[in-house]
Amino acid sequence: MQEKKTSKTTKNPEVMQEKKISTATKSPAATEDKVAAVNPAKTESKLSELQNNLERKTIIMQGNEAVAYGALDAGVNFFAGYPITPSTEVAEILAAELPKRGGTFIQMEDEIASICAITGASLAGAKALTATSGPGFSLMQEGIGFAKITETPCVVVNVQRMGPSTGMPTSPAQGDIMQSRWGSHGDSPAIVLYPESVKESYELTIRAVNLSEKYRTCVVLLLDEVIGHMRESVRLPDMANVRVINRIKPTVPPHWYKHYDENQKYLSPLASYGDGYHFHVTGLTHDSQGFPTNKAVEAGDMMDRLRKKITYNIRDLVQIESHEMDDANIAIFAAGITARAAKAAISMAREEGFKVGLLRPLTIWPFPDDAVRKMLRNVETVIVPELNQGQLIREIRRLTKDKNDSNIVSIQRVNGQLITPNDILRKIKEVI
Amino acid sequence: MANIPQKVVHQYLRHDKKFPHVWCAGCSNGIILGAIIRAIASMNLDRDNIVMVSGIGCSSRMPVYIDLDTLHTLHGRSIAYATGIKMHKPNTKVIVVTGDGDCTAIGGNHLIHAARRNIDLSVILINNNIYGMTGGQCSPTTPHDAIATTAPYGNIEPNFNVCDLAMGAGASFVARTTAFHVTEMQNYIQASLEHPGFSLIEVIAACPVIYGRLNKKGGAPQMMKEFRDNSVPLAAVDKLPKEKVEGKIIRGILRKEIRQEYTAAYADLVRRVSDNNGGEKC
Amino acid sequence: MLKPYEIRLSGSGGQGLILAGIILARAAVLDKHKVTQTQSYGPESRGGYSRADVIISDSEIYFPEATNFNCLLALTQEACDKYLYDLRDNGILIIDTTFVKNLALAADNTYDLPFTEIAQEQLGGTISTNVLSLAFLSKVTGIVSDKSLETSIVESVRPAFKDLNIKAMKLGFKLAEEYDSNRS
Repeated sequence: MQEKKTSKTTKNPEVMQEKKISTATKSPAATEDKVAAVNPAKTESKLSELQNNLERKTIIMQGNEAVAYGALDAGVNFFAGYPITPSTEVAEILAAELPKRGGTFIQMEDEIASICAITGASLAGAKALTATSGPGFSLMQEGIGFAKITETPCVVVNVQRMGPSTGMPTSPAQGDIMQSRWGSHGDSPAIVLYPESVKESYELTIRAVNLSEKYRTCVVLLLDEVIGHMRESVRLPDMANVRVINRIKPTVPPHWYKHYDENQKYLSPLASYGDGYHFHVTGLTHDSQGFPTNKAVEAGDMMDRLRKKITYNIRDLVQIESHEMDDANIAIFAAGITARAAKAAISMAREEGFKVGLLRPLTIWPFPDDAVRKMLRNVETVIVPELNQGQLIREIRRLTKDKNDSNIVSIQRVNGQLITPNDILRKIKEVI
Repeated sequence: MANIPQKVVHQYLRHDKKFPHVWCAGCSNGIILGAIIRAIASMNLDRDNIVMVSGIGCSSRMPVYIDLDTLHTLHGRSIAYATGIKMHKPNTKVIVVTGDGDCTAIGGNHLIHAARRNIDLSVILINNNIYGMTGGQCSPTTPHDAIATTAPYGNIEPNFNVCDLAMGAGASFVARTTAFHVTEMQNYIQASLEHPGFSLIEVIAACPVIYGRLNKKGGAPQMMKEFRDNSVPLAAVDKLPKEKVEGKIIRGILRKEIRQEYTAAYADLVRRVSDNNGGEKC
Repeated sequence: MLKPYEIRLSGSGGQGLILAGIILARAAVLDKHKVTQTQSYGPESRGGYSRADVIISDSEIYFPEATNFNCLLALTQEACDKYLYDLRDNGILIIDTTFVKNLALAADNTYDLPFTEIAQEQLGGTISTNVLSLAFLSKVTGIVSDKSLETSIVESVRPAFKDLNIKAMKLGFKLAEEYDSNRS
């Protein structure tokens, strides 16, 4: 597990563990001027400014823009999607940028087709991503399950809006936390990342793409509507500092190739269509060659493999931020925009002498069980603010064995409004 | 071409895997698989450069048996997956094998939009008028008044004319044949693989065990005879009196036209907007 | 060292407030400040409510939504009624008297001008009311430099509207300077 500690004085803005190893595959010096004439210029888009400079400047950027640029910097060369508020900017930017780099953008007929198209493209060797919001995410669930059982790398960005159903398209909610874990039928692995800022949206998009390639699965990036639409001053890391992970290709001859070969970490090479491997991919329960099976041993092996690639790699997957926790006797557990409110509340509370800290998951699935257990041991009270009717708090309660339930305090709001720093400060004063 | 020895088929099967197949005795799917293989073999296509994609259903089990890159996807979604593959690797021949329920019910949306885009996929729609794998439920091509387990008193719905549907949506190559007309089928498959654009071949197929029994069609031989006797080549339609054509299966290439293919249009776009790589993939 | 300075620009959809927020945020970046800009609006692109928040600071900005404004710009009566209570005690209130006719409570530092009418008369249309009132706000609060605001406007608006918006900005600066001299 990677843990970063922040306090008011020592803030380490670099969240990713992937640092300064390799450069991206494309030239950052692409000239943008020529295409500006045919490109319906989006006045906010500062990509030219970004890409033209090896040294990147501080600019103002939207969360959804950061996702799109993160995808490009991670080497994503295939996007299929369907317009939906509040994620549409991701598609719009990639519609303008991908063709310029020879990548593929296609607007599909619906979200079901979108997840299917990126999965197909990934099997043909592409780095593929789609972006959507609640209603589209619901439609994609069957396809997400297919990507997981077939162990095909892809990334789904879900900019959460208020639900259920059409809900409030331009209002924030954190209601898809459980759906991102359990949305598809059957047991399946889940890697879900959750940024709190524009910069982190960029970083975690790259990380999502990297993890999808490394673990051969569908990785979900959950954004809050507010973060998707928020603009912040950011200085993105220079391209030389961006680490890109690519899938491992098989080196064996075709007749030795197993599409689901096991090694000790449950990560295995992945051939692409067209490489000459003539492999079969199916959503049916399959053996290690990829062919359908009804044998209990092979079915069990497949399910174990899907589970173990998460459980054996928890330390690589889980990222948390521990903020002002060293001396805290009250902890707040929150993700995304709600964690930002918590940080503001903590700063106000500490001015009044209350020892409050924050534990924030950057990886929300797999859940940071160990860090939460440690938090539960060290503090008297945990406050769990969230923009839903109690999804994170269920996980905290699951890990509460020796704690009285009354020490786990909720703040829940689903009305299109954010939980504010004052809401949290009030609760801190209540529980003291 | 029909007298190519059986050995050719064996060269393309995954002989060490997964036989016997799942299809019932008398099913047309094996005949169609044979025709696809003979088309590929006689065109001498690069086997590393063909992907066969299918959805869910009896026909969609076909990719398991053929030694190519194969993808067995979700119910109805084969064309969407195929679109992703084709867009990323435009030089790949992508064959979609699908059934009437898979392609025109749950997957109807993907069919019409792929046809509209005119993306170069060869869709082989095996129409047996029923959901066979789940035991005989009514599909969008089940004829009016026919019996299905979910239409036990006769189907009250009108059925799709699949070729008309594809043409209406913009498919640039559309053909219809039956499982009886094996050589014709092979020729159409070859033509569709050569055609630059979205192509759909409707193969009227026999499901003697389920559809045949429910509708008292006799066995597989009777159903094949019906295909022979009850179908008319497109070229003969104008020459025959109206009563000899009515209610018959019209076989032939119903449309073949050249209009801009989608991956080519996209490549043009890439050339237009990219400055240095001339459309090369990133 | 600038402490977090919270500005809310409020009105109805179509008044260009989100663009005004972006312009202000970009100007703050040019002035080397940290900045967040958020917005809230209905699903429609015209009508309904609309607001843009900009927080400018030299320290880290935790919560990006303005909750206790240093400055509130209200271009409609509804917006003014809704948000006035969250203005700080000595906060600055700027209202467009074209639409805001009643003040529920008197703020200490209230600036009232008929921005929409002025834009109609002097700029040939209401489309640049957003930049006009933003320039006024910028001058009155001194939160960003004139030069950065100008650069930001040039970077943020479509080229065809550059001249109009620069004209609106200059008029906004002038109104603010004259307003000060009038009242002192």
